[in-house]
Order: sequence, then structure tokens, then C-alpha cells
Amino acid sequence: MLETYKFLAGFAQTWGLLYFVLVFLGVLVYALAPSRKDRFDEAARMPLQED
Amino acid sequence: MAHAAAAPTKQMTFGEAGSSLTFAVLAFLCLIIAAKAYTPEYAFHAYLFTAAFAASAFTIVNRYYDRPAELPPLTIGGKPNYNMGPVKFSTIAAVIWGIAGFTIGLLIALQLAFPALNFDTAWLSFGRMRPLHTSAVIFAFGGNVLIASSLYVVQRTCRARLVGDITPWFVVLGYNFFIVIAGTGYLLGITQGKEYAEPEWYADLWLTVVWVAYLLVFLGTIMRRKEPHIYVANWFYLAFILTIAVLHLGNNASIPVSIFSPKSYIVWSGVQDALVQWWYGHNAVGFFLTAGFLAIMYYFIPKRAERPVYSYRLSIIHFWALIFMYIWAGPHHLHYTALPDWAQTLGMVFSVMLWMPSWGGMINGLMTLSGAWDKLRTDPVLRLMVVSVAFYGMATFEGPLMSVKAVNSLSHYTDWTIGHVHSGALGWVAYVSFGAIYCLVPWLWNKKELYSMKAVSWHFWISTLGIVLYISAMWVAGILQGLMWRAYTSLGFLEYSFIETVEAMHPFYVIRAMGGALFVIGSLIMAWNIWKTITTAESVEEAALPAQPVLVAAE
Repeated sequence: MLETYKFLAGFAQTWGLLYFVLVFLGVLVYALAPSRKDRFDEAARMPLQED
Repeated sequence: MAHAAAAPTKQMTFGEAGSSLTFAVLAFLCLIIAAKAYTPEYAFHAYLFTAAFAASAFTIVNRYYDRPAELPPLTIGGKPNYNMGPVKFSTIAAVIWGIAGFTIGLLIALQLAFPALNFDTAWLSFGRMRPLHTSAVIFAFGGNVLIASSLYVVQRTCRARLVGDITPWFVVLGYNFFIVIAGTGYLLGITQGKEYAEPEWYADLWLTVVWVAYLLVFLGTIMRRKEPHIYVANWFYLAFILTIAVLHLGNNASIPVSIFSPKSYIVWSGVQDALVQWWYGHNAVGFFLTAGFLAIMYYFIPKRAERPVYSYRLSIIHFWALIFMYIWAGPHHLHYTALPDWAQTLGMVFSVMLWMPSWGGMINGLMTLSGAWDKLRTDPVLRLMVVSVAFYGMATFEGPLMSVKAVNSLSHYTDWTIGHVHSGALGWVAYVSFGAIYCLVPWLWNKKELYSMKAVSWHFWISTLGIVLYISAMWVAGILQGLMWRAYTSLGFLEYSFIETVEAMHPFYVIRAMGGALFVIGSLIMAWNIWKTITTAESVEEAALPAQPVLVAAE
């Protein structure tokens, strides 16, 4: 029981942390990439468009 | 419809036939359960289910005979044919449940100040009225606002009609039936004793079915979208729907004594149960009362201010950071308990980190007004929503502070917590909801504007005064209470008996009840204004505003 706990806690505290940091970096890259600027400026106006 | 080339033969859809048959069978099964129920209270609920199922089967068949051969088209003249019937129902339900929930809140506030108001009956005792209040305001009022606004926003931002014919109605009616079962259950003494998750196993099971249908309608509509990009409000709504489903299942993993008994036992035990409960409880705050209402902020504030979102990029980072962090914050409800110390620290650290996304979102909401700040002076609806975002900022500043162990040792179990919760619930959740309702009603009923802007202004000022009285009284009461509990004499004895601390609270409880009364008055003004808007306000001329007629076509 303690071995399983130690293994899972160790895994979460190392690889889990790394995974979350990488995913968050991915989000930052996605949100801030200059190539998407126009698309996001357009998306910011979506509530204002009427059909 | 009229433009059909060849009149097709009218046929029951699979959904109509299947659902009416299922409801008829379920009505019969519930009748058996009612007959064999262990307790009269449970039998009453089984009869309610029987009546609801029978009425549903009857209504679906009746609706089939009344409707034209073809189902409503997805588009009319190239424009989406929005399905706003369920949205209207949920909007009205939110107003009615809101008044009920606020009034019960006022009653229990008065009970704390004047215990005679328990009237010596079990039904009206504080212990039963308190979950009735919390469920009515969070799930009945807030839930209907979320369902109404989400089903509106997803259609408008995807430019697509809601998926399903009966399913959207099943979602709104089924959800409100869950509220009735939960609420009458508390009055009759049926509870599983988990905070914000009091309904027993059968109500939980029913909510699961309704919630899955809600998810499918929402997801299906997104998949049907004409816009390539999924607007950020829909991301927040989706996170809310999905996470609440997971939390609900995890926290209600209980085994009923019998199908004929309302009683069940949870599979978790001891501190694990406590941790699961507050993993649920805090994420009900994070995903129900925050993510869902942030979706409202991201659609209704730009729409009302007629300004684009201040920074769309910030909204994306706001979304992912918020949902990443909230899910870990729950253990801060269990400081200095049997929960392992590292788990308490984890909850505290993530709560403090939540400052960043919360304030990023607040800044994004407020700055959306840049270039339109003058509208705050003339538009009380926008004022309600902007003040709500300010309260969001305040409550999310206070929350992390209170999650720090040293502060929590003073604040926990005191009225400071109640004050904190209500600055978030009244100031943020209720205000942004009022703003959304004031926007939605003229849009849905095709009116130029609300019946009375002056009444909105009165609502705003009366309830703001109420909130100020409420939270300042609770701050003072809470800190006083905390300090009295920890005061020692020079000999090491506790300086105050418990009843002395209760006595000291009395004036603050009276002030709090006064604040609550003002909040109820504000909501009554809103209900009157909504009623007058629907029944008498001037309609939009079709020629004057070509954007709106699609709403007429939808009906």
C-alpha cells in the first residue's frame, strides 16, 4: 500500500508537474502566437455580429 | 411548413415515440414504488414522479397531434431558426425561484436573530430551511440562469438552432422537476447531509440523466455551428457542464438501502469522504458559480456595451488557467482537520495561485468597457454587470486570503465565511444574473427595451445597499466571533462561553436580515419590471431592426 502510494505520489510530483507546465506553455503559445492575432481580434467581436 | 414541396405524411419521430413510451413505462414503475415505499415522504416523491412522467407522455403525444407534419426547419430564408422556447421558460423560472430563494434566505437570517421564528415545527426549522435556501438560490435561480443563457448564447454564437426537438424541453423541465424533488425533500426531512449536495440518491440519478441530455444538446449545437471558431463563452459553459457532471457522480457515489427507501450510504468513508465532499463543494463554486457566470460575462458585457472583448487572448489564458487551478483548491475547506497536512497546503497554494486567473478575467471584463465607460451613467443594466465583475474581483481576492492557514484559523466556522460567500453570491453571481435577465427578456420577447429603466436603477441601488449592509455586518460579526473563540484568560481558561459569542452576534444578525430584506425588495422590483416588459412594453418593429425577426420566426 505504502509502495503504491509512494510511486503514485512521486509520479504526480515529477511527471505530473512537467505535464501541466508543458500543457500550460502550449496554451500560452496558442493564445499569444502573432499568426493568430487577426483570428482572435475577429473572435472578440463575435457577440456583436447580428445575423 | 407552408413551403414544403409535397406534403409529407405525418409521422411520429423516433424521439416522440421513444420518449412517450419510456415516460409511460416509468410512470407505471413509479406507481409501484409509491405503493411499496418504506416512508410516506418517499411515497409522496414517487407519486410526484408518476404524475410528471404521465404528464410528459401525455404532452408529447398531444404535441404530436397539434404540430404540422414537418418539424421546424433549421433555417428560414438562410437565417438560423433559433429555438428560444426553452430559453424563455428557464428565464422566467429563474426569476420565480430567485424570489423564493432570497425570501427563504431572509427567513433564516431572521431565525438566527429571533429563534422564535422557527415556530416549533420541523418543516420550518433552520436545519431544513437552510439547504432549501442554498439550493434555491444556487441551483434553482443560478441553474436556470445558466441553462437559459447557455442555450441562448450557444445558438447565437454558433448561428445554429438547438439540437433536438424534445430534448431541450426535457432539459429545462427535467431540471426544474429535480429542483421540486430536492426542495420538497428538504422540507420533508429527506437529505443525505452533504453540503450543496443534499438530495438523496434517486434525485441525484434523475439529475444525472437530465445533465447528460443538457451536455448532448449543448455539444450537438456546437458541432452544428456555422462559425468556425468556438466563442470563449461556450468554452466556459462547456467546462461548467462537463465538470459538474464529473463532480456530481464522484460526490454522490452512494448505495441505496432499497429502491423503496429514500436512504442511501456513501461508498467513501472518513476523511476520504470529507475530501471528496469539498473537492465537489469548492468546484461547485469554481465551475457552477464561477465558470458558468464568466461565460455570461464574456457574452453579455460585450453585447450590452457594444464593445469587443478587451483581450481575446487573455480570455483564452484566463479559461485554461482557471480550470487548471480551481480543481485543486478544495482541501482549503479542511484546514487543521484529519486531512494530511500536505493536502491542506496543496489546497492553500492553488487557492492563492487562483488570484492570477481570477484577476486577469476581472480586468478583461472591466476593460471591455474601454471607450464605453459613459454608458455606465445611462444604462443601469450595464452598471449591474460591471459592479458584478467588481464584486467578482473582491470575492476572489478575499477567498485566497481566507484559504491561507493562519487566516483560516481565525475565519473558519465564523460568519466571516458567510460574508465572503454572500459578497460572491449576491454581488457577483446574482448581479451578473440580473444583468443577463434584463438583457434576455427584451431580446426573447422581441421588445425594444425594458418597461422601465428607472425601476432597474431602483433595483440596483436598493440591492447594493442591501449587499453592503449584509457583508459588512458579517465581516464584523465573523472577526468578533473568531477573536472571542480564541480569547484566553491569564489562567489559560477560555474567556467566553459559547453562548456569550452567540449573544454578541445578535445586532449583526439583525443588520444582516435588513440587508437581506432590501435584496428581496430589489428582486420584487425586477419581477414586476420583467412582467410589465413581457405584457406591455413596445415591440420591435420588424422594419426598424432587421436583426430581430428571426426570433419571431422561431416561435
